[in-house]
Amino acid sequence: MTIEIKTSTLEPVRNTFAHIERRFGDKPATRYQEATYDVQSEEYLHYRPLWQPEKLLNDASRTAIKMNDWYAFKDPRQFYYGTYVQQRAKMQEVAENNYAFFERRNLANLLTEEMKAKLIRYLVPLRHAEHGANLNNMYASAYGYGTAITQACLYNGMDRLGIAQYLSRIGLILDGNSGDSLAEAKLNWTNESIWQGLRAYVEKMTVTEDWFEVLVAQDVVLDALILDLFYTQFDEWLQANGAQDVGMLTEFVQVWAKDTNRWVDATLKIAAAESDENKALLEQWISSWKESAVKALTPLAEEMLGAEAMTQASAALDKRLAKAGLFK
Amino acid sequence: MAKKLNIKDKYRLLTRDLDWDFSYEDRKEAFPFEEFEGIKITDWSKWEDPFRLTMDSYWKYQAEKEKKLYAIFDAFSQNNGHLNVSDPRYVNAIKIFLTGVSPLEYQAYQGFAHVGRQFGGVGARVACQMQSLDELRHVQTQIHAMSHYNKFFDGFQDYSHMHDRVWYLSVPKSFFNDARAAGPFEFMIAIGFSFEYVLTNLLFVPFMSGAAHNGDMATVTFGFSAQSDEARHMTLGLEVIKFLLEQHEDNVPIVQKWIDKWFWRGSRLLTIVAMMMDYMLPNKVMSWKEAWEVYFEEAGGALFKDLARYGIKMPKYAETIEKEKEHISHQAWWTFYTHGHAAGFHTWIPTDEELDWLSEKYPETFDKYYRPRWELAKKMEAEGKRFYTKALPQLCTTCQIPMLFTEMDDPTQICYRDTVYNGDRYHFCSDGCKDIFEDEPEKYVQSWLPVHQIFQGNCGGPDVENVLADFYRMNLGADNMDMTDSPDEKRWKQWKGVA
Amino acid sequence: MSKVYIALQDNDESRYIVEAIEEDNPEATVIHMPAMIRIEMEGRLTVNRETVEEKMGRDWDVQELHLNLITLGGNVDEDDDSLSLHWNE
Repeated sequence: MTIEIKTSTLEPVRNTFAHIERRFGDKPATRYQEATYDVQSEEYLHYRPLWQPEKLLNDASRTAIKMNDWYAFKDPRQFYYGTYVQQRAKMQEVAENNYAFFERRNLANLLTEEMKAKLIRYLVPLRHAEHGANLNNMYASAYGYGTAITQACLYNGMDRLGIAQYLSRIGLILDGNSGDSLAEAKLNWTNESIWQGLRAYVEKMTVTEDWFEVLVAQDVVLDALILDLFYTQFDEWLQANGAQDVGMLTEFVQVWAKDTNRWVDATLKIAAAESDENKALLEQWISSWKESAVKALTPLAEEMLGAEAMTQASAALDKRLAKAGLFK
Repeated sequence: MAKKLNIKDKYRLLTRDLDWDFSYEDRKEAFPFEEFEGIKITDWSKWEDPFRLTMDSYWKYQAEKEKKLYAIFDAFSQNNGHLNVSDPRYVNAIKIFLTGVSPLEYQAYQGFAHVGRQFGGVGARVACQMQSLDELRHVQTQIHAMSHYNKFFDGFQDYSHMHDRVWYLSVPKSFFNDARAAGPFEFMIAIGFSFEYVLTNLLFVPFMSGAAHNGDMATVTFGFSAQSDEARHMTLGLEVIKFLLEQHEDNVPIVQKWIDKWFWRGSRLLTIVAMMMDYMLPNKVMSWKEAWEVYFEEAGGALFKDLARYGIKMPKYAETIEKEKEHISHQAWWTFYTHGHAAGFHTWIPTDEELDWLSEKYPETFDKYYRPRWELAKKMEAEGKRFYTKALPQLCTTCQIPMLFTEMDDPTQICYRDTVYNGDRYHFCSDGCKDIFEDEPEKYVQSWLPVHQIFQGNCGGPDVENVLADFYRMNLGADNMDMTDSPDEKRWKQWKGVA
Repeated sequence: MSKVYIALQDNDESRYIVEAIEEDNPEATVIHMPAMIRIEMEGRLTVNRETVEEKMGRDWDVQELHLNLITLGGNVDEDDDSLSLHWNE
């Protein structure tokens, strides 16, 4: 027997907002949908920006990528602010416990001076590259079009600030909070020849105008190479050389990368699938940025890991590009 | 044992130290918008961080806030919380909120993302980025809070489409467009300082307290939760102005001009909040005038005394603004009442108790100027002649509000100002709006004035009804007109089992 | 002299914070409003971590204040041990 409770007087008049209904039909919507679709204003903007009078305030032509519907860029994680911060809060709690454990048990004492020097030379300077990633994702968020992609860029931009801060804390653990290792790492970043290729690449991104191109140069090309070199290969090297505990301090980035790559790959795939023109443009951007990235990172990769490292990282990037339907 | 770092040193090392001097590109090309406004920044390193929140703490605290907030949203909708509001008329206030205010939070996200990318100083940049993220939070939590009301009341459903088009919504929209179209430093004085530090308090504190007093758990929860971020934003706003004033004395007159402009723009914008507080909250917390005295005159007065050491003076027109607190809510609600067929929410005549409350709160003006109008409207309605004006209102070119404000020294006389630019005559509601136009006419001639656009045939037609139904996508007779006999009211009575 | 002010959400945690503020700032005026508590004072108003910890009986980070904060007025000084508000006059 089924019991039907009479609730007709409290029936909703509608299931969701009209613009959500126009997109997805007359049914209850998810919080991601209501927080994302058609939230950005599109028409009848009042004044042209004094800082860029040739464009409108919200203007889809700030990139050469063309989309029939900018809301095609659905985030596979379906992050809106609330789900984003709650997900990151869980990750930071684990990270916080890891850092606390590392410090409480003085695990830094188990690292040889030589190993500490290697971390300061190879890992800690990356915090500056992460700061560049913060700028570049903010750029895409500020000048991009449609909430679906711009909110994800914002979350990524803030993630990168968080990662830069975690990397800085590794430095502080190594130098007992004196800040000396951060100063040394910064000197490496600004002066050591092995870092100059990467630094020039990062600086170049910050003066690149097309926001989608910036996204490709940063989130697609550079991040894939850095992830493989530093968080896969160098991590393996650390494990093999008695510094496996450092993995507790970089675990955040590994978990983060898994989550973020899902979004990066989906974004690339959607843009490429939209049209042959987009696909050709993406391939052109990727080829040229990849060429400079490989050149920029090679001296660093060789010194840090050996001759084969760069080829391996490149292959990891190519695999992801193929999955996104590019260069086929 | 490692020494303990204090919060300031830690923040410096973890955040301020991340940037570096460029060698391979021109830094000015990476941060190109810092100079054109004439502001002189001699040393970004002098920036004092207004709050020192690293991302890990940010995620932790914000997640805690969100967890609480969404638990309440879930409980609210599972328990049909909309049935607990004091009076269905109240819901119309939050229709204005969703259509008029929430999209501004979105523009704040965009504006702070822009300056959060463009400022050359890493401290200021990161503070703006965090605010950008907070603002995105605010628009999304507001949409989620209203989502439940949208299921049971008319007028919420096309808020985004309406915000881009509807005549009175171009007021808030153009306000934020104006700030975003300005240079990065003016944006910070406009939004970070004037709006966040002084003016949003009036919306988020007394109005939210009013929401609580009217049984609206969803709104009060998002309101106060948003305000908990706002305290950080206010600190940023104050730091920005102090930083600019300390960097170079040449910045002082530029900043003063922006203060004059944005306090006037802001007080015009808040007219709608004044009306929401005095007329749309069935259970009253405080009058607009009282709120204005606490949050603008007292708090703002203290602020300007503090800034006097830099040579900053009270905003121009402060005297006019002081007089306006007695009038603007009444003038605005009357305008909406008489244009109730073209609004996206319901209007009504205040009840006798409400009229008495207004008489008590506005002893100098209400009985003398405004009560007689409502007595007349009551009489006409009783005779079955509910009044709707047929004419479309003339709009002020700057603030885009219909010409509804009077001369403050003669509240029976509508205030009109005009000026000629490039052979065309432009109209304004006040000296403030006229001065703002004359300072940057090439900007304000771009205003997309909804009434002009209708007359130019850019919004469909031929009749106003076609514009409302087709271009604005309003459901005529359901989303608008009088509260009495509206579908909202009928449903409410059905839910409550009253005839 | 101008007043600084702070407003907190009316909830259990805030009650301890308000108690701590009242103890450390005897001149402060506490005003209860719907859903919020407003505290105002001439001069400098300080929230001390130690006093709040004593009232709550647990560790308390000054930044936790932001969870319950609605608004404030005055220049903010924040460090590990306290948050204080003042106007320069």
